[in-house]
Amino acid sequence: MTTEMIDATEKAPPTTIDLATEYESSGVADVLRELDEHLIGLAPVKQRIRETAALLLVDRARREMGLTQETPTLHMSFTGNPGTGKTTVALMMAGLLHRLGYVRKGHLVSVTRDDLVGQYIGHTAPKTKEVLKKAMGGVLFIDEAYYLYKPDNERDYGQEAIEILLQVMENNRDDLVVIMAGYANKMDQFFSANPGFRSRIAHHIDFPDYAEEELLRIAKSMLAAQNYFLDDAAERALADYIGLRRQQPHFANARSVRNALDRARLRQANRLFSEAKGPLDADALSMICEPDIRASRVFRGGLDTDLAARPQAAV
Amino acid sequence: MRITQGCFSFLPDLTDAQISAQIEYCLQQDWAIGVEFTNDPHPRNTYWDMWGNPMFDLRDAKGVMMELEDCRKAHPDAYIRINAFDDVRGIESVKMSFIVNRPAAEPKIHMQRIDFIDRAQKYSWDVRY
Repeated sequence: MTTEMIDATEKAPPTTIDLATEYESSGVADVLRELDEHLIGLAPVKQRIRETAALLLVDRARREMGLTQETPTLHMSFTGNPGTGKTTVALMMAGLLHRLGYVRKGHLVSVTRDDLVGQYIGHTAPKTKEVLKKAMGGVLFIDEAYYLYKPDNERDYGQEAIEILLQVMENNRDDLVVIMAGYANKMDQFFSANPGFRSRIAHHIDFPDYAEEELLRIAKSMLAAQNYFLDDAAERALADYIGLRRQQPHFANARSVRNALDRARLRQANRLFSEAKGPLDADALSMICEPDIRASRVFRGGLDTDLAARPQAAV
Repeated sequence: MRITQGCFSFLPDLTDAQISAQIEYCLQQDWAIGVEFTNDPHPRNTYWDMWGNPMFDLRDAKGVMMELEDCRKAHPDAYIRINAFDDVRGIESVKMSFIVNRPAAEPKIHMQRIDFIDRAQKYSWDVRY
């Protein structure tokens, strides 16, 4: 251990750095390639991540040459509607930061308000600290971060969690990276009510909604991953489904698509069970047909409770 | 009198970087880590006060170092040790234990002789500040 320490201090700073080899050898290239291959759409997000990766790579090279000592602020905010891939990207971001050496372990700890805020006086601080301890050396992902702050209740314990978070985000910049995620407009309100966060978060990345054609591609890749496929009629039905589902409340992009596919698989299984007479081959077992999708309530105007809530539909 | 117990007792006090490296090793072995403190460092006193619960799900030594920092702040003049627990045998057995904090003025361990039946001698030790 002591010999390592001596080695680290005695190594002379390099005089030149080849960014292209650094890019490949650090494994950043792999992460970005994975990002491109596994995520459909999200062009602006990919662009921002590529920019961030370039910045961090250059910054690391500068540090190796002794041009800078400061750890850059890496805390981020991901804004966007539900199901736009924020958690998935956060996971990749953790991998990216780990390969660049900005976090030591590179694991992702995903929490919401419930994990940070306690129920009674004196409960919040230990709870928040517990989570922070777990996240040390990795990335802390706070989903729906705006729930931490409830302006209508001045005795809310969320404020306490916010204060601890701010302190750790400032003092332990070497130890963990905080990513806050949530809807764009609610996060804006949250940041304007807590200016401390705005100044400590360097990277704001906005996740756009998926286009319908992108959602269809996502659906197909989700099915392919589970060894299912759509026949032509079912594909058209799914395209119609996505178009209709978008208009209805509680649309959550890729998550809604995944749920729809889960239900389609359920109907397919049911159909096979009730209709099949003889032995089934692999194709029959993995093909989703039109009726499996057309049977959805979305084609009849959505959930009954939502219909009742909407005045024009209730008439 | 410099009181020693547990691992590394023959070495000078570990620095924070060394403590951190030891904890890192423990975490790599999937051991849980507990911080304990006491003002009574008698060797027969095995039950020290716990500083919070043992930590089972950490990934990085920094989490333990934060707790150690807090414990040192609250009890600067106490003995503090770090215990690593292994659950391989179905119980949390101590695999490693070392002192990470000691008071500026350490107590003496004093030996006491007692006369017993038939002029027999008995010995005992106590901690005296």
